[in-house]
Amino acid sequence: MMPSPTPALRMEGITKRFGATSALRGVSLQVAAGEVLALIGENGAGKSTLMKVLSGAYRADSGSMELRGHPFAPKRPHDALSAGVAMIYQELNLAPDLSVEDNIMLGQESSRLGLLNRSQQRRMVKEALAMLGHADLPLRRPVRSLSVGLQQLVEIARALVLSAKVIVFDEPTSSLTQHDAENLFKVIDKLKAAGIAIVYISHFLEELRRVADRFVVLRDGQSVGQGRLAEVDEAHIISLMVGRSVDELFPSVFHRPGDVLLTLEQLTGSSNYPRDVDLKLRRGEILGLFGLVGAGRTELLRLLMALDPIRSGRIRLAASEPPPSTRGRIRAGLALVSEDRKTEGLAQTRSIADNATLSRLGPYSRWGWINLRKRRAAVEEWMGKLQIRARSQDQPVVQLSGGNQQKVAIARALHQNAEVILLDEPTRGIDVGTKAEIYRLMGELAAAGKAIIFVSSYLPELLSVCDRVGVMVRGRLREIRPATDWTEEAIMTLAIRPEGEG
Amino acid sequence: MSNVSAPTRLPPTGARQHLSLLTSSFGPLLGLIVVIAFFAIMDRTMGGGTFMSAANLRTIAVQTSTVAVAALGMTVIIISGGIDLSAGTTLSLCATVIAYCLRENYHVLAAIGLGIGTGVLAGFINGTLISLLRVMPFIVTLGTMSVFLGVGKRVAQETTVRPNPAQVPDWVPTLVATRPVPPEWLQALGVPKETLMPFANGVWLALLLAVLLALVLRYTVFGRYVFALGSNEATARLCGINVPLVKTCVYMLAGLFVGIAGLYQFARLSAGNPMSGRGLELNIIAAVVIGGASLNGGQGTVLGTLAGAGIMAVINSGCTQLGLSNAVQDIINGVIIVAAVTLDQIRQRRLAA
Repeated sequence: MMPSPTPALRMEGITKRFGATSALRGVSLQVAAGEVLALIGENGAGKSTLMKVLSGAYRADSGSMELRGHPFAPKRPHDALSAGVAMIYQELNLAPDLSVEDNIMLGQESSRLGLLNRSQQRRMVKEALAMLGHADLPLRRPVRSLSVGLQQLVEIARALVLSAKVIVFDEPTSSLTQHDAENLFKVIDKLKAAGIAIVYISHFLEELRRVADRFVVLRDGQSVGQGRLAEVDEAHIISLMVGRSVDELFPSVFHRPGDVLLTLEQLTGSSNYPRDVDLKLRRGEILGLFGLVGAGRTELLRLLMALDPIRSGRIRLAASEPPPSTRGRIRAGLALVSEDRKTEGLAQTRSIADNATLSRLGPYSRWGWINLRKRRAAVEEWMGKLQIRARSQDQPVVQLSGGNQQKVAIARALHQNAEVILLDEPTRGIDVGTKAEIYRLMGELAAAGKAIIFVSSYLPELLSVCDRVGVMVRGRLREIRPATDWTEEAIMTLAIRPEGEG
Repeated sequence: MSNVSAPTRLPPTGARQHLSLLTSSFGPLLGLIVVIAFFAIMDRTMGGGTFMSAANLRTIAVQTSTVAVAALGMTVIIISGGIDLSAGTTLSLCATVIAYCLRENYHVLAAIGLGIGTGVLAGFINGTLISLLRVMPFIVTLGTMSVFLGVGKRVAQETTVRPNPAQVPDWVPTLVATRPVPPEWLQALGVPKETLMPFANGVWLALLLAVLLALVLRYTVFGRYVFALGSNEATARLCGINVPLVKTCVYMLAGLFVGIAGLYQFARLSAGNPMSGRGLELNIIAAVVIGGASLNGGQGTVLGTLAGAGIMAVINSGCTQLGLSNAVQDIINGVIIVAAVTLDQIRQRRLAA
């Protein structure tokens, strides 16, 4: 480490718990002025939580932060901003109909007696853009009409006008073209030269090598390694990222794959994404799908449920093609437990009973009238089987814990009598005990002859629970192998490499 | 959670269930009692002392029933996450169609059938446009509000359609009579004509419709779909619910109620005036919202809506009894709407916490 005087940013022993889970367990890092620090880690390693503590969105349970030697404890995002910490997220945060100038000055308009001081404002905006090497950007253009790369530049300029001392980039290139990404790297070089400290988060290692000086690797909420990027190779970083001791239990239930149940042939979504997916899934088999965020896994499951239209290719379930409507797919024996319980998976204000039975009220109704007593008994049984903890089945699901909500979503899939069960990140955001219950349940379902597709970003669970694991990269299913033939390093390498390589 | 294996669940009891059913419309009911008590006391001390008289209560009930019936339909729409701004002009269009048909010597059942059918058709148009165009209900019905007003004016040829009193069957005005007489079949059963028949036939019909609707919302597959749709449309789609079909049915059902409300309006005015429903949609929506329904969808009760309609009618009547001006009534109504929704949101936040 360089013997720099005072680092621009120092985070010391940061911890953060959410209920029973520790998201951060004593993370420390520092960034010098004019330095780019790469923050590396798998999904869920704690990077976002750490940056939310830095930006004031969360408050740490313990630990301290310093900005240029001064104690820094933001209570809300505004505090962090005014202290000089700016965040550039992958989703941009602009008012699309306002001009470039107005966006840059938004919330920090220079005014006198409530009137905008346009000339002073324009001078500040021009200075910022000139510093970024884009003095030619038309100030009056609405931001909506700019490319994503230039929109990002507008956000960076906003940070400069705020006289930011620390700028955090969170996956900034994920929606940029190669050309725009190259421009961004040049801009970051200029920011470095101006003495700004930068934290840079990315999954793409070659990109980190291009922009960053030092790195810190997070795993399970701890920093497990750091150093200078120039001094280590890719394999070393990957092993730091994934090389954990698997301390959770993965209960295994004996099951044996049988006949092919689901076949996908050259399946392609309407926007060519996912594309050309070939897949055979057997009864009694658990197939894992890994991929980075945006690799097309969720989209593939949505195609299977007819929630998004198909451009070309075929789906066969047993011997026939299932009907092209969601209702038809459900009747044919497909069920999806979706990734996002809040916005899609569950009707949050409705009861457990309603949520668990919504997709199949047939057994309890005649002429459209529901026999609530009969349904009550059935829901009671499912709640017992899945050990859903609630005051009663009439309780709105919004009041349940994440794990119990997930069980309600799974109860619905089972209640449908599905043959093929699609689970999209079923263990995200739930406690370790419930995770183990879900793994066991998956094994039991496979033993009962169901076929399961298990989408996850958490490699240890995929490798422990699945029979085979496939890797998706940018909409394509690149490779499927038996889980025992994969290593975490091999999967990660395949998922991170851009198309055509490796 | 690992060391406790048995689900910790209280046994669901009937009483608990009924309690939860009551609490969701508890606020509006309490509100209704409070405003009635308030005006009763004020009237006793500084008014004419007639507020709590049987005649006045009858009048209040009758005056509420038009808005209340339309608000029942609006409750379904709002639970499903939609809104219908065309309810007011549709209502007067239906009244106008009834008046027109009677004037043209249609059979009375045909006239009423066509009038109510107009409401259902209007709902079908609204629902189909919302589903097919995927435009927000607010915008679609803002448009059809004007369209239905125009159609009504066309039918009425820009005036009021007033059938000859001889062309209106006697039983129609009894729907909204303030001095009700028992219907003939009850008289035939021996009920005397001067009985203390407390409310007009239309009030009883409104209550019957309310009970039916409450049953539909609670005990049918359709009812579950409506709540699910309003609570989370993405979930509804995920569960294979035919969202466009359910939406269209919701607006058609509401149109049925609006059509019946149109009949009430015709019964009161003995005429059809296409302009008379303008602005009424806001009273209808206010009744539903005061009744505890959420404009975000997924929540609302029939009982609450009735209470909401009652609160507004009681305030209007009470202010009149106290000799307060129309302007004061408007202000109080506005305050009540904002206060009711604020209270409800506080309750919701508690619930979610």
